[in-house]
Amino acid sequence: MNQSTAPLPFQEMILRLHAYWSAQGCLILQPYDMRMGAGTFHTATTLRALGPEPWNAAFVQPSRRPTDGRYGKNPNRLQHYYQYQVILKPNPPNLQELYLNSLLAIGIDPLLHDLRFVEDDWESPTLGAWGLGWEVWCDGMEVSQFTYFQQMGGFDCKPVAGELTYGLERLAMYIQGVDSVYELDFNGRGVTYGDVFLENEREMSKWNFEVANTDALFDGFKKAVAECENCLEAKLPIPAYEQAIEASHLFNLLQARGVISVQERASYIGRVRDLAKGSCQAWIEKNRDQWAKDFPEWVL
Amino acid sequence: MPDFLLELRSEEIPARMQAGARADLEKLFRKEMDAAGLAVGKVTVWSTPRRLALIAHDLPGATEAVSEEVKGPRVGAPPQALEGFLRKTGLTEDQLIERGGVLFAISEKPGRATAEVLAEAIPAIIRAFPWPKSMRWGAASLSSESLRWVRPLSGIVAILGDELVPCEAGGVTSGFATHGHRFHCPGEITIGGAHDYAEKLRACHVIVDHAERQDIVRDKARAAAKGAGLALVEDEGLVVENAGLTEWPVPLLGRFDETFLEVPPEVIQLTARTNQKYFVCEDAGGKLANAFVCTANISAEDGGAAIVNGNRKVLAARLSDARFFWEQDRKVPLAEQAKKLERITFHEKLGTVADKVERVAKLARWLVNEGIIKPSPHSPEGEGELLADQAELAAKLCKADLVTEMVGEFPELQGVMGGYYARAEGLPDAVADAIRDHYKPVGQGDEVPTAPVTVAVSLADKLDTLMSFFGINEKPTGSRDPFALRRAAIGATALIVTNGIRASVWVLLTVASIEISGDIVAREMGCRSDEVAVALERRFGWRAAQLVDDIELNEYDQGFTNDHWALDSFDFGRHHLLDFIIDRLKVQQREAGVRHDLIDAVFALGGEDDLVRLLARVHALQAFIGTEDGKNLLAGYKRAANILKKEGVEAADAISLSYTPEPAEKALIDALDAAGPKAAADVAAEDFAGAMAALATLRAPIDAFFDEVTVNDADPAKRQYRLSLLARFRDAVHGVADFSRIEG
Repeated sequence: MNQSTAPLPFQEMILRLHAYWSAQGCLILQPYDMRMGAGTFHTATTLRALGPEPWNAAFVQPSRRPTDGRYGKNPNRLQHYYQYQVILKPNPPNLQELYLNSLLAIGIDPLLHDLRFVEDDWESPTLGAWGLGWEVWCDGMEVSQFTYFQQMGGFDCKPVAGELTYGLERLAMYIQGVDSVYELDFNGRGVTYGDVFLENEREMSKWNFEVANTDALFDGFKKAVAECENCLEAKLPIPAYEQAIEASHLFNLLQARGVISVQERASYIGRVRDLAKGSCQAWIEKNRDQWAKDFPEWVL
Repeated sequence: MPDFLLELRSEEIPARMQAGARADLEKLFRKEMDAAGLAVGKVTVWSTPRRLALIAHDLPGATEAVSEEVKGPRVGAPPQALEGFLRKTGLTEDQLIERGGVLFAISEKPGRATAEVLAEAIPAIIRAFPWPKSMRWGAASLSSESLRWVRPLSGIVAILGDELVPCEAGGVTSGFATHGHRFHCPGEITIGGAHDYAEKLRACHVIVDHAERQDIVRDKARAAAKGAGLALVEDEGLVVENAGLTEWPVPLLGRFDETFLEVPPEVIQLTARTNQKYFVCEDAGGKLANAFVCTANISAEDGGAAIVNGNRKVLAARLSDARFFWEQDRKVPLAEQAKKLERITFHEKLGTVADKVERVAKLARWLVNEGIIKPSPHSPEGEGELLADQAELAAKLCKADLVTEMVGEFPELQGVMGGYYARAEGLPDAVADAIRDHYKPVGQGDEVPTAPVTVAVSLADKLDTLMSFFGINEKPTGSRDPFALRRAAIGATALIVTNGIRASVWVLLTVASIEISGDIVAREMGCRSDEVAVALERRFGWRAAQLVDDIELNEYDQGFTNDHWALDSFDFGRHHLLDFIIDRLKVQQREAGVRHDLIDAVFALGGEDDLVRLLARVHALQAFIGTEDGKNLLAGYKRAANILKKEGVEAADAISLSYTPEPAEKALIDALDAAGPKAAADVAAEDFAGAMAALATLRAPIDAFFDEVTVNDADPAKRQYRLSLLARFRDAVHGVADFSRIEG
């Protein structure tokens, strides 16, 4: 962080990450146009983590966590925030160095700040996925997740993909030295993060926790499950997977509304996982002949 | 003789796995060397987050030559057998050696160069390495056969003396090059061998010896606290963890806003420790100070100012959360919080936590009402009723903190937070203390509560937990104990023994099981549990309080069992549980030097399930068995018991004497006439030393009896009478303890 110049605005930080990862050969994709809990749900991560084809992509993904909403009153918690995702398959041998250089690109000097890789194994019960890796600490703050995917949708990742997830708001707060996310300088010209999102947080928190029609959510969940199965029957993995994403988010909303008991929770997660696994399986089925042809040494 | 250096470099190894990895590395290395016949002396192993290192000192240059002998066919065996053997060994017939009619092939294996042995061993060690969790990575992971390691393996240094040991694993080839500190010394450095490894790394900001890093963390964290006029709250777990997260540890002291100190110190310490791996500090008065010590992995250009500032902010955000919870939680009285326990399932067959709390409250009050748990001796008149009220109240509130935000965030603070919240809402100290301490003792060695309210709640909670799970047949098996029942049983016995609680454990369990089975039956019958109680009372005319005076338990069980499966399983459960508790008592008493076989000897008599009395009896027995009289009496008892067993004598028949007894026989009769009633009376009066003394008077007569009297007399009358005499002797001993259970 260079103290002498003005701190990096939020949007500039994203642009620098784009420029950096573009220079490393990544496709710069746009967000997936669906509500989802994390960048990992983007098809560019979930589905592309499967199979032998190389795949390098970076994108911003808006992430919705209804239960994390605080009506705009907590300086660190949001029900909607941005993740920066990088996926590199297979992971290059110098992925840690590439990652650390990306931090340098947004102004974090590793001889001034304490950067650490602290064990944090990642697991997504709804995606049937897991990996080993770390949370990356900068002066004691978790700024990224760094994961080597081992399984996705219950299938071994062959080869393994490296996934980097940056919490953009947190990173920006750190770089800009502000204590509230709403005080973040968005554009360097006087617009703050609060100007853009504070009202969204208030209204969406109220809707998530108090207003959302739970009958409609339950109904939506059922319909998404049915539609996913319909798509799987039609051998359409991508639309099927979209329904899994939809079901997952509706489940999160139902959780926020407090209408799912502890006992039911596991069964809902299990149903979403089945949809995600089914979609992954369909994706593999659809591509496996081509993959086997292009990569003779690959087996499922 | 050369030293051998092995370094396995990887991406960051989890701190918690490093100690195990060091031990495994040495073990595997020794195993491989042993298999190759290479003598290994001193081995040093080190670890950092990014490397495992091993130095084997003074290895021989080569393995010893060995001659190997393979047994072949007998002389004169069919020619096919011989041909097969020759083919297998690659020898000709004249090279075989004959011994005792059998042919042997002797092959001389020359010694192998150590470097060659190592080159084979290193990949084998890497492939066999037992990481608790391992992964695949990179392009090679296209195949599922690719190497697994804790995180990607990035380099191998293998040098014997100053020569490279060439080897390869998972696409990584050995070399002289390694890396220093990630940020202070990026790029490769070259190692000469074991002799310069640690120093070369040190020059590159890596302290490879984990013990040295631990010393640095400990000493410099202490010094940092001292420099601020404070004392570090020592935490060896944090020392090891921080040393496992750094190659160049630099402890730094920071301050947090003093106003956070309004949050309970346990919360601050836990937040700092668990989430951030920081030490905390105390002032001269032993109070938590507004300071923390974090451990950086660099010597920062600004002396660490930016690092401390960043860490301070992270901690402030964490403490803000904690303070928010602390404020929110206190807005809701514990009695209100407790209502939410209805939403938490205790176990699918055992209902909610609210059901459990209700049972514990009844049981706690009952323990006081029955005088099983008494007010402290110096408390004023009418204390009993107050104690019962407080025990019931504390029990009703003891789990309420489980639904607070703070305990949701820090489950370790269950109990502790309840105590704070109880005090904050003005509940009596005795109640707040009971809520805080009712989980205690947590296993062997933990402090055992003695305050009566706490004891009542803690004991009731543990008895309910034990009886609940045993009642539904969820007993611990082998290493599986998912409901921590061993700990609960040790806790319950410690409470009983430490506080001298006089009660039959069987009765305690029975009363506990009645509440639980009532709940279960209620659920079965789909009615409220208080309705079941009314129905049961009508049906069996039962009241818990009466049970103690008038233990008609079997009758009660019988009637109930006929109606419901539930109590049936509870009856079984209770028998198992009583044995289980006695087993735990043995474990618990082992540390105090109490012999487990003596506990068995007293418990086996039946009816002795008052643990306090049982132990008093065992103590007296143990003292007696240690004396000369005790040892001889035991020997005499075993001899008598063997004879009786052989002759199939079960009980002492009342036979009158029809002949003139021999002197030794007469002496034994007299001794038994005196000692038998005396021992029985002493046991009844709980004078166990007296009972032992009475038994001791039998020692000389029984010895003399065996020396001078023939039991197996030709006269059947004599024989029969003498056997009955031995049976009387056995029974007299059994009045004190079942000596057949005593070992040795």
